[in-house]
Amino acid sequence: MRSRPGTTAARLLLAAALAIACGCAALDEVAKVGTSVAESQGKISKEQAQSITRSTGALAKAAEDFTPEQEYYVGRSVGAVIANRYRPYRNDQVNDYINLLGQALAQASDRPETFGGYHFLVLDSDEINAFATPGGLIFVSRGMLRCCDGEDAVAAVLAHEIAHVQLRHGIQSIEQSRKTEALKVLAVEGTKTFGRKELADLTKTFEDSIGDITSTLINNGYSRAFEREADAAAVEILSRVGYDPNALSAMLREMGKRLKPGGLDFAKTHPSPASRIEEISSLGLRGPSSPAPPARQARFRKALGGV
Amino acid sequence: MKARIALPFLLLAFLLAFAAPGSAGKMMSVQVRKGDVRATPNFLGKIVGTMAYGDRVEVLETRQGWMRVGPAGRSAGGWMHSSALSAKRIVLSAGAKDVQAAASGGELALAGKGFNADVEAEFKARNRNLDFSVIDRMQAAEVPQDKIALFLKEGGLAAGGGAR
Repeated sequence: MRSRPGTTAARLLLAAALAIACGCAALDEVAKVGTSVAESQGKISKEQAQSITRSTGALAKAAEDFTPEQEYYVGRSVGAVIANRYRPYRNDQVNDYINLLGQALAQASDRPETFGGYHFLVLDSDEINAFATPGGLIFVSRGMLRCCDGEDAVAAVLAHEIAHVQLRHGIQSIEQSRKTEALKVLAVEGTKTFGRKELADLTKTFEDSIGDITSTLINNGYSRAFEREADAAAVEILSRVGYDPNALSAMLREMGKRLKPGGLDFAKTHPSPASRIEEISSLGLRGPSSPAPPARQARFRKALGGV
Repeated sequence: MKARIALPFLLLAFLLAFAAPGSAGKMMSVQVRKGDVRATPNFLGKIVGTMAYGDRVEVLETRQGWMRVGPAGRSAGGWMHSSALSAKRIVLSAGAKDVQAAASGGELALAGKGFNADVEAEFKARNRNLDFSVIDRMQAAEVPQDKIALFLKEGGLAAGGGAR
Protein backbone atom coordinates (compact mmCIF):
# COMPACT_ATOMS: atom_id res chain seq x y z
CA MET A 1 0.00 0.00 0.00
CA ARG A 2 1.52 3.26 -1.08
CA SER A 3 0.70 6.48 0.68
CA ARG A 4 0.39 9.70 -1.24
CA PRO A 5 3.41 12.00 -1.06
CA GLY A 6 1.30 14.69 0.62
CA THR A 7 0.30 12.35 3.44
CA THR A 8 3.86 11.23 3.96
CA ALA A 9 5.10 14.81 4.08
CA ALA A 10 2.40 15.76 6.59
CA ARG A 11 3.30 12.79 8.76
CA LEU A 12 6.97 13.72 8.62
CA LEU A 13 6.20 17.30 9.63
CA LEU A 14 4.08 16.14 12.52
CA ALA A 15 6.76 13.70 13.61
CA ALA A 16 9.38 16.45 13.48
CA ALA A 17 7.22 18.82 15.52
CA LEU A 18 6.51 16.09 18.08
CA ALA A 19 10.17 15.13 18.33
CA ILE A 20 11.11 18.73 19.05
CA ALA A 21 8.35 19.14 21.63
CA CYS A 22 9.25 15.85 23.36
CA GLY A 23 12.94 16.75 23.44
CA CYS A 24 12.28 19.93 25.42
CA ALA A 25 9.83 18.19 27.73
CA ALA A 26 12.41 15.53 28.55
CA LEU A 27 14.93 18.18 29.50
CA ASP A 28 12.39 19.98 31.65
CA GLU A 29 11.74 16.71 33.42
CA VAL A 30 15.42 16.23 34.12
CA ALA A 31 15.70 19.70 35.61
CA LYS A 32 12.71 19.02 37.86
CA VAL A 33 14.24 15.77 39.08
CA GLY A 34 17.56 17.53 39.71
CA THR A 35 15.77 20.24 41.65
CA SER A 36 13.78 17.91 43.86
CA VAL A 37 16.87 15.84 44.63
CA ALA A 38 18.81 18.96 45.60
CA GLU A 39 15.91 20.18 47.73
CA SER A 40 15.49 16.87 49.53
CA GLN A 41 19.20 16.79 50.30
CA GLY A 42 18.92 20.23 51.86
CA LYS A 43 21.23 21.83 49.30
CA ILE A 44 18.66 24.45 48.35
CA SER A 45 15.73 26.03 50.10
CA LYS A 46 12.11 25.55 49.01
CA GLU A 47 12.08 29.09 47.61
CA GLN A 48 15.17 28.40 45.58
CA ALA A 49 13.68 25.15 44.35
CA GLN A 50 10.57 27.03 43.23
CA SER A 51 12.61 29.63 41.44
CA ILE A 52 14.51 26.90 39.65
CA THR A 53 11.31 25.17 38.63
CA ARG A 54 9.97 28.48 37.28
CA SER A 55 13.09 28.99 35.20
CA THR A 56 13.46 25.37 34.24
CA GLY A 57 12.45 25.99 30.66
CA ALA A 58 15.24 28.49 30.13
CA LEU A 59 17.77 26.38 31.98
CA ALA A 60 16.88 23.31 29.99
CA LYS A 61 17.39 25.26 26.81
CA ALA A 62 20.63 26.75 28.08
CA ALA A 63 22.10 23.33 28.75
CA GLU A 64 20.58 21.59 25.76
CA ASP A 65 23.84 22.00 23.94
CA PHE A 66 27.23 22.68 25.37
CA THR A 67 28.10 26.34 24.91
CA PRO A 68 31.17 27.26 22.83
CA GLU A 69 32.84 28.05 26.15
CA GLN A 70 32.22 24.54 27.48
CA GLU A 71 33.26 23.11 24.14
CA TYR A 72 36.52 25.03 24.57
CA TYR A 73 37.28 23.38 27.91
CA VAL A 74 36.37 19.95 26.57
CA GLY A 75 38.68 20.54 23.59
CA ARG A 76 41.61 21.56 25.77
CA SER A 77 41.46 18.37 27.79
CA VAL A 78 40.94 16.14 24.74
CA GLY A 79 43.96 17.94 23.21
CA ALA A 80 46.04 17.26 26.32
CA VAL A 81 45.21 13.54 26.07
CA ILE A 82 46.23 13.45 22.39
CA ALA A 83 49.44 15.47 22.92
CA ASN A 84 50.34 13.17 25.79
CA ARG A 85 49.84 10.06 23.71
CA TYR A 86 51.68 11.24 20.60
CA ARG A 87 54.14 13.97 21.68
CA PRO A 88 54.38 17.25 19.80
CA TYR A 89 56.85 17.64 16.93
CA ARG A 90 59.13 20.45 18.04
CA ASN A 91 59.93 22.19 14.78
CA ASP A 92 58.89 25.82 14.54
CA GLN A 93 59.25 26.04 10.78
CA VAL A 94 56.85 23.13 10.26
CA ASN A 95 54.35 24.25 12.93
CA ASP A 96 54.36 27.88 11.75
CA TYR A 97 53.61 26.79 8.19
CA ILE A 98 50.79 24.49 9.31
CA ASN A 99 49.28 27.26 11.43
CA LEU A 100 49.44 29.82 8.64
CA LEU A 101 47.81 27.44 6.18
CA GLY A 102 45.32 26.24 8.76
CA GLN A 103 44.20 29.75 9.71
CA ALA A 104 43.70 30.71 6.07
CA LEU A 105 41.45 27.65 5.65
CA ALA A 106 39.57 28.05 8.95
CA GLN A 107 38.62 31.60 8.00
CA ALA A 108 36.98 30.21 4.87
CA SER A 109 34.90 27.67 6.80
CA ASP A 110 31.29 28.19 7.84
CA ARG A 111 32.48 28.49 11.43
CA PRO A 112 35.59 30.66 11.39
CA GLU A 113 35.13 31.85 14.97
CA THR A 114 35.25 29.52 17.93
CA PHE A 115 35.57 30.46 21.61
CA GLY A 116 39.37 30.14 21.67
CA GLY A 117 40.11 30.05 17.93
CA TYR A 118 41.77 27.42 15.73
CA HIS A 119 45.29 26.22 16.56
CA PHE A 120 47.38 23.56 14.84
CA LEU A 121 50.17 21.27 16.00
CA VAL A 122 52.21 18.57 14.25
CA LEU A 123 52.65 15.30 16.16
CA ASP A 124 55.97 13.47 16.19
CA SER A 125 54.57 10.19 14.92
CA ASP A 126 55.01 7.97 11.86
CA GLU A 127 51.35 6.96 12.10
CA ILE A 128 49.08 8.35 9.40
CA ASN A 129 46.75 10.30 11.63
CA ALA A 130 45.01 13.61 12.30
CA PHE A 131 42.65 14.77 15.05
CA ALA A 132 40.34 17.70 15.62
CA THR A 133 39.15 18.46 19.13
CA PRO A 134 35.95 20.40 19.86
CA GLY A 135 36.54 24.13 19.59
CA GLY A 136 39.40 24.00 17.10
CA LEU A 137 42.62 22.38 18.35
CA ILE A 138 43.87 20.38 15.37
CA PHE A 139 46.68 17.81 15.35
CA VAL A 140 48.31 16.20 12.33
CA SER A 141 51.05 13.57 12.38
CA ARG A 142 54.35 13.68 10.49
CA GLY A 143 53.29 10.41 8.88
CA MET A 144 50.19 12.10 7.50
CA LEU A 145 52.18 15.06 6.17
CA ARG A 146 54.50 12.64 4.36
CA CYS A 147 51.49 11.47 2.31
CA CYS A 148 51.16 15.01 0.93
CA ASP A 149 52.86 15.86 -2.36
CA GLY A 150 52.05 19.56 -2.24
CA GLU A 151 50.38 22.39 -0.35
CA ASP A 152 46.98 21.56 -1.82
CA ALA A 153 47.17 18.08 -0.30
CA VAL A 154 48.11 19.46 3.14
CA ALA A 155 45.25 21.93 2.78
CA ALA A 156 42.90 19.01 2.07
CA VAL A 157 43.94 17.22 5.28
CA LEU A 158 43.55 20.35 7.42
CA ALA A 159 40.25 21.32 5.75
CA HIS A 160 38.82 17.89 6.62
CA GLU A 161 39.75 18.39 10.28
CA ILE A 162 38.40 21.97 10.30
CA ALA A 163 35.17 20.55 8.91
CA HIS A 164 34.86 18.22 11.92
CA VAL A 165 35.14 21.29 14.18
CA GLN A 166 32.69 23.30 12.09
CA LEU A 167 30.16 20.46 12.17
CA ARG A 168 30.68 19.89 15.91
CA HIS A 169 31.30 16.18 15.39
CA GLY A 170 33.53 15.86 18.46
CA ILE A 171 31.02 17.22 20.92
CA GLN A 172 28.30 15.03 19.39
CA SER A 173 30.25 11.92 20.30
CA ILE A 174 29.64 12.68 23.97
CA GLU A 175 27.00 10.26 25.18
CA GLN A 176 23.56 11.72 25.83
CA SER A 177 23.64 10.48 29.44
CA ARG A 178 26.55 12.84 30.22
CA LYS A 179 24.53 15.81 29.01
CA THR A 180 21.70 14.74 31.28
CA GLU A 181 24.10 14.44 34.22
CA ALA A 182 25.64 17.84 33.48
CA LEU A 183 22.16 19.33 33.27
CA LYS A 184 21.22 18.02 36.69
CA VAL A 185 24.18 19.87 38.20
CA LEU A 186 23.43 22.98 36.15
CA ALA A 187 19.84 23.05 37.33
CA VAL A 188 21.07 23.36 40.89
CA GLU A 189 23.95 25.63 39.97
CA GLY A 190 21.70 28.18 38.29
CA THR A 191 20.67 29.72 41.58
CA LYS A 192 23.28 28.48 43.99
CA THR A 193 27.01 28.77 44.41
CA PHE A 194 28.98 25.75 43.46
CA GLY A 195 29.71 23.29 46.25
CA ARG A 196 32.46 20.70 46.53
CA LYS A 197 30.03 17.89 45.75
CA GLU A 198 28.72 19.52 42.55
CA LEU A 199 32.26 20.18 41.35
CA ALA A 200 33.21 16.56 41.95
CA ASP A 201 30.07 15.32 40.15
CA LEU A 202 30.63 17.62 37.22
CA THR A 203 34.31 16.69 36.96
CA LYS A 204 33.31 13.01 36.80
CA THR A 205 30.90 13.82 33.95
CA PHE A 206 33.64 15.90 32.30
CA GLU A 207 36.13 13.05 32.58
CA ASP A 208 33.62 10.63 31.04
CA SER A 209 32.90 13.09 28.22
CA ILE A 210 36.63 13.41 27.47
CA GLY A 211 36.75 9.61 27.42
CA ASP A 212 33.84 9.43 24.95
CA ILE A 213 35.59 11.80 22.55
CA THR A 214 39.12 10.43 22.78
CA SER A 215 37.94 6.86 22.27
CA THR A 216 36.00 8.03 19.21
CA LEU A 217 38.99 9.93 17.82
CA ILE A 218 41.66 7.35 18.61
CA ASN A 219 39.88 3.99 18.53
CA ASN A 220 36.41 3.87 17.05
CA GLY A 221 36.22 6.68 14.53
CA TYR A 222 33.19 8.71 13.55
CA SER A 223 30.27 7.33 11.59
CA ARG A 224 30.55 7.05 7.85
CA ALA A 225 27.97 9.82 7.56
CA PHE A 226 30.09 12.22 9.63
CA GLU A 227 33.17 11.48 7.49
CA ARG A 228 31.14 12.04 4.32
CA GLU A 229 29.91 15.38 5.70
CA ALA A 230 33.44 16.40 6.66
CA ASP A 231 34.80 15.52 3.20
CA ALA A 232 32.04 17.53 1.52
CA ALA A 233 32.67 20.55 3.77
CA ALA A 234 36.43 20.20 3.20
CA VAL A 235 36.18 20.42 -0.59
CA GLU A 236 33.94 23.48 -0.17
CA ILE A 237 36.60 25.17 2.00
CA LEU A 238 39.34 24.27 -0.51
CA SER A 239 37.32 25.74 -3.38
CA ARG A 240 36.61 28.97 -1.50
CA VAL A 241 40.32 29.61 -0.91
CA GLY A 242 41.34 28.59 -4.43
CA TYR A 243 42.97 25.24 -3.75
CA ASP A 244 42.24 22.31 -6.03
CA PRO A 245 39.25 20.53 -4.42
CA ASN A 246 40.41 17.34 -6.16
CA ALA A 247 43.47 17.43 -3.91
CA LEU A 248 41.49 15.58 -1.23
CA SER A 249 40.90 12.57 -3.48
CA ALA A 250 44.49 12.68 -4.72
CA MET A 251 45.72 12.75 -1.15
CA LEU A 252 43.43 9.85 -0.19
CA ARG A 253 44.79 7.82 -3.12
CA GLU A 254 48.34 8.31 -1.82
CA MET A 255 47.19 7.52 1.72
CA GLY A 256 45.55 4.33 0.47
CA LYS A 257 48.92 3.16 -0.87
CA ARG A 258 50.61 3.80 2.45
CA LEU A 259 48.02 2.67 5.01
CA LYS A 260 48.76 -0.78 6.38
CA PRO A 261 45.77 -3.09 6.78
CA GLY A 262 45.01 -3.52 10.47
CA GLY A 263 46.97 -0.37 11.34
CA LEU A 264 45.98 1.59 14.42
CA ASP A 265 45.72 4.93 12.59
CA PHE A 266 43.38 6.16 9.85
CA ALA A 267 43.10 2.55 8.70
CA LYS A 268 41.19 1.89 11.91
CA THR A 269 39.18 5.07 12.40
CA HIS A 270 38.18 6.07 8.86
CA PRO A 271 36.28 4.52 5.98
CA SER A 272 38.65 3.19 3.32
CA PRO A 273 40.25 5.85 1.09
CA ALA A 274 38.69 4.15 -1.95
CA SER A 275 35.15 4.49 -0.58
CA ARG A 276 35.76 8.11 0.40
CA ILE A 277 37.12 8.89 -3.07
CA GLU A 278 33.99 7.34 -4.56
CA GLU A 279 31.75 9.50 -2.34
CA ILE A 280 33.74 12.63 -3.19
CA SER A 281 33.54 11.90 -6.92
CA SER A 282 29.75 12.01 -6.64
CA LEU A 283 30.07 15.71 -5.75
CA GLY A 284 31.13 16.48 -9.33
CA LEU A 285 34.09 18.71 -8.50
CA ARG A 286 35.77 21.04 -10.93
CA GLY A 287 39.44 21.95 -10.86
CA PRO A 288 40.77 25.29 -9.60
CA SER A 289 40.11 28.36 -11.73
CA SER A 290 43.79 29.22 -12.01
CA PRO A 291 46.93 27.05 -11.88
CA ALA A 292 49.06 27.12 -8.75
CA PRO A 293 52.02 29.52 -8.97
CA PRO A 294 55.48 27.96 -8.45
CA ALA A 295 55.79 29.88 -5.16
CA ARG A 296 53.14 27.64 -3.58
CA GLN A 297 55.06 24.43 -4.24
CA ALA A 298 58.36 26.10 -3.31
CA ARG A 299 57.18 27.12 0.15
CA PHE A 300 55.64 23.69 0.73
CA ARG A 301 59.00 22.04 -0.06
CA LYS A 302 60.87 24.53 2.10
CA ALA A 303 58.61 24.00 5.11
CA LEU A 304 57.80 20.29 4.88
CA GLY A 305 60.62 18.88 2.72
CA GLY A 306 62.26 17.29 5.73
CA VAL A 307 59.20 16.23 7.69
CA MET B 1 -8.08 13.85 1.89
CA LYS B 2 -7.67 15.25 5.38
CA ALA B 3 -3.91 15.22 5.02
CA ARG B 4 -4.11 17.08 1.72
CA ILE B 5 -6.00 19.95 3.30
CA ALA B 6 -3.89 20.00 6.42
CA LEU B 7 -0.56 20.04 4.64
CA PRO B 8 -0.42 23.73 3.65
CA PHE B 9 -1.39 24.73 7.19
CA LEU B 10 1.20 22.44 8.71
CA LEU B 11 3.83 23.78 6.36
CA LEU B 12 2.90 27.35 7.27
CA ALA B 13 3.03 26.60 10.99
CA PHE B 14 6.34 24.86 10.55
CA LEU B 15 7.81 27.79 8.62
CA LEU B 16 6.51 30.34 11.13
CA ALA B 17 7.97 28.40 13.99
CA PHE B 18 11.39 27.73 12.55
CA ALA B 19 12.16 30.32 9.87
CA ALA B 20 14.88 32.78 10.85
CA PRO B 21 13.28 36.15 11.49
CA GLY B 22 14.80 39.25 9.90
CA SER B 23 17.90 39.84 11.91
CA ALA B 24 18.31 43.62 11.54
CA GLY B 25 17.68 45.33 14.87
CA LYS B 26 18.05 42.05 16.72
CA MET B 27 20.25 41.85 19.80
CA MET B 28 23.02 39.24 19.83
CA SER B 29 25.69 38.21 22.34
CA VAL B 30 29.39 37.72 21.70
CA GLN B 31 30.02 33.99 22.25
CA VAL B 32 33.79 33.95 21.78
CA ARG B 33 36.46 35.01 24.25
CA LYS B 34 37.67 37.88 22.05
CA GLY B 35 35.49 39.09 19.19
CA ASP B 36 37.21 41.26 16.60
CA VAL B 37 35.12 43.94 14.92
CA ARG B 38 36.23 44.80 11.38
CA ALA B 39 35.79 47.72 9.01
CA THR B 40 34.67 45.47 6.14
CA PRO B 41 32.85 42.09 6.09
CA ASN B 42 35.93 39.89 5.65
CA PHE B 43 38.90 38.75 7.72
CA LEU B 44 41.28 41.03 5.84
CA GLY B 45 39.25 44.06 6.98
CA LYS B 46 40.98 46.40 9.41
CA ILE B 47 40.18 45.59 13.05
CA VAL B 48 38.35 48.62 14.44
CA GLY B 49 37.39 47.22 17.81
CA THR B 50 37.20 44.19 20.04
CA MET B 51 34.22 42.85 21.96
CA ALA B 52 34.37 40.69 25.07
CA TYR B 53 32.56 37.44 25.83
CA GLY B 54 28.95 38.12 26.74
CA ASP B 55 28.86 41.66 25.29
CA ARG B 56 25.49 42.56 23.75
CA VAL B 57 25.39 44.06 20.27
CA GLU B 58 22.63 45.23 17.98
CA VAL B 59 22.58 43.83 14.46
CA LEU B 60 22.37 46.67 11.95
CA GLU B 61 22.84 44.73 8.73
CA THR B 62 23.65 41.18 7.61
CA ARG B 63 25.64 40.10 4.59
CA GLN B 64 26.54 36.47 3.75
CA GLY B 65 27.63 35.22 7.13
CA TRP B 66 28.71 38.63 8.42
CA MET B 67 26.82 41.04 10.64
CA ARG B 68 27.33 44.76 10.99
CA VAL B 69 26.88 45.35 14.67
CA GLY B 70 26.96 48.25 17.01
CA PRO B 71 26.20 49.06 20.59
CA ALA B 72 22.42 49.51 20.86
CA GLY B 73 21.16 52.89 19.64
CA ARG B 74 24.23 53.84 17.60
CA SER B 75 24.31 53.73 13.83
CA ALA B 76 28.05 53.19 13.20
CA GLY B 77 29.63 49.92 14.26
CA GLY B 78 31.62 47.28 12.47
CA TRP B 79 31.48 43.77 11.05
CA MET B 80 31.66 40.53 12.98
CA HIS B 81 31.35 37.03 11.57
CA SER B 82 28.06 35.50 12.65
CA SER B 83 29.83 32.48 14.15
CA ALA B 84 31.17 34.81 16.87
CA LEU B 85 27.62 35.77 17.86
CA SER B 86 24.75 33.98 19.54
CA ALA B 87 21.07 34.81 19.67
CA LYS B 88 21.09 33.61 23.27
CA ARG B 89 21.61 36.06 26.10
CA ILE B 90 24.84 35.08 27.76
CA VAL B 91 24.65 35.61 31.49
CA LEU B 92 28.10 36.15 32.94
CA SER B 93 27.20 35.73 36.58
CA ALA B 94 23.97 33.82 36.80
CA GLY B 95 22.21 35.05 39.89
CA ALA B 96 18.68 33.92 40.52
CA LYS B 97 17.32 37.17 39.08
CA ASP B 98 19.16 36.76 35.77
CA VAL B 99 17.96 33.22 35.45
CA GLN B 100 14.36 34.22 36.10
CA ALA B 101 14.46 37.24 33.81
CA ALA B 102 15.84 35.14 31.01
CA ALA B 103 13.30 32.45 31.70
CA SER B 104 10.47 34.72 30.67
CA GLY B 105 12.36 36.74 28.06
CA GLY B 106 13.97 34.14 25.84
CA GLU B 107 16.94 31.89 25.52
CA LEU B 108 19.80 31.99 27.91
CA ALA B 109 23.35 30.70 28.08
CA LEU B 110 25.16 30.54 31.39
CA ALA B 111 28.73 31.77 31.06
CA GLY B 112 31.38 30.19 33.22
CA LYS B 113 28.99 27.40 34.23
CA GLY B 114 29.11 23.70 33.53
CA PHE B 115 32.45 22.57 32.13
CA ASN B 116 34.64 25.50 33.15
CA ALA B 117 38.10 26.43 34.44
CA ASP B 118 37.29 24.97 37.89
CA VAL B 119 36.29 21.64 36.36
CA GLU B 120 39.43 21.65 34.22
CA ALA B 121 41.59 22.30 37.32
CA GLU B 122 39.91 19.38 39.10
CA PHE B 123 40.42 17.17 36.01
CA LYS B 124 44.12 18.18 35.89
CA ALA B 125 44.54 17.28 39.55
CA ARG B 126 43.12 13.83 38.84
CA ASN B 127 45.22 13.33 35.68
CA ARG B 128 48.66 14.62 36.56
CA ASN B 129 50.27 12.74 33.66
CA LEU B 130 48.65 15.16 31.19
CA ASP B 131 50.79 18.13 30.16
CA PHE B 132 48.52 21.12 29.57
CA SER B 133 51.51 23.39 28.85
CA VAL B 134 51.55 21.94 25.30
CA ILE B 135 47.97 23.13 24.86
CA ASP B 136 48.70 26.52 26.46
CA ARG B 137 51.62 27.08 24.06
CA MET B 138 49.51 25.95 21.12
CA GLN B 139 46.79 28.46 22.00
CA ALA B 140 49.22 31.29 22.73
CA ALA B 141 50.60 31.26 19.18
CA GLU B 142 48.71 33.82 17.13
CA VAL B 143 49.01 34.26 13.39
CA PRO B 144 48.86 37.95 12.41
CA GLN B 145 46.26 38.71 9.75
CA ASP B 146 48.80 40.48 7.49
CA LYS B 147 50.84 37.26 7.36
CA ILE B 148 47.74 35.35 6.28
CA ALA B 149 47.04 37.99 3.60
CA LEU B 150 50.60 37.69 2.25
CA PHE B 151 50.43 33.89 2.38
CA LEU B 152 47.26 33.91 0.29
CA LYS B 153 48.63 36.44 -2.21
CA GLU B 154 51.95 34.67 -2.76
CA GLY B 155 50.20 31.31 -3.11
CA GLY B 156 47.86 32.65 -5.79
CA LEU B 157 44.90 32.15 -3.43
CA ALA B 158 41.91 34.18 -2.31
CA ALA B 159 40.62 35.04 1.14
CA GLY B 160 37.74 32.63 1.49
CA GLY B 161 36.19 34.15 4.58
CA GLY B 162 34.53 37.27 3.24
CA ALA B 163 31.03 38.16 2.19
CA ARG B 164 30.79 36.84 -1.33
